[in-house]
Amino acid sequence: MKTDMKRRLFLKASLATGAVGIAAGAGLLTPRSVLAAWNTAAFGAESVADALKAGMGSDALTDSAEVMLDIPKNPENGAVVPVAVTTTLSGVESIALLVDKNVKPLCGIFYPGKRMKPAMSIRVKVGESANIIAVMKSGGKLYSAKQAVTVTIGGCG
Amino acid sequence: MASKSIKLKAKTENGETTVKALIKHPMETGRRKDKDSGELIPIHYIKEVTCKYQDETVLTTELGPTISKNPFLSFTFTGGAAGEKVELTWLDNKGEGETASATIS
Repeated sequence: MKTDMKRRLFLKASLATGAVGIAAGAGLLTPRSVLAAWNTAAFGAESVADALKAGMGSDALTDSAEVMLDIPKNPENGAVVPVAVTTTLSGVESIALLVDKNVKPLCGIFYPGKRMKPAMSIRVKVGESANIIAVMKSGGKLYSAKQAVTVTIGGCG
Repeated sequence: MASKSIKLKAKTENGETTVKALIKHPMETGRRKDKDSGELIPIHYIKEVTCKYQDETVLTTELGPTISKNPFLSFTFTGGAAGEKVELTWLDNKGEGETASATIS
């Protein structure tokens, strides 16, 4: 099991190019954490702009009707807010989900393989009423959509 | 491969396979306090989830602690036939993780 996990990590690390390249280029990661690939700078960022710069390479967003979000408007319980994102864009390289009022806005970055449809759903925590932002990278540009959600019970306390 | 932490389902329809995964994990943000002791509960969350279809990586993710407790993930890929396998692996910030596989139905 141990060696199996290591092999997986190594395979994954050699496959993951984009985020690692950017982070390593910025001198933010030590060689050891490059292997782990996880974007410490992006997830540690405390603003949407910083998280996007570190995680997606830029914070220049284009609002796009081609990025579609499906989120309940009043999810009430901020601990479990279902988010579904889909798009008509093609060649999506990565998808980021952010909650602008959270202490650490970045929830996750998803890298679809060539087989995967650029759509997915997951559940996130929302600390207080905020905007949920989906960002998709396609052809080097960032397309985004956002939706405001009202929560009555915060999900991060 | 039986898994304690992952419930994985894959279903194919019209040439597309939908994968649904439920991972049992506390996803602690490190900001929550224990109700009895008043001490902060240490941060503990899944950092990465990878899904493979026949040794081809379909999805790689990097996650943060703001993903809800017991993460549920759903996505679709093209191809996949009944009887074939999909595999899902998660890894958390403590270096723990598990892999599970499911047969496409």
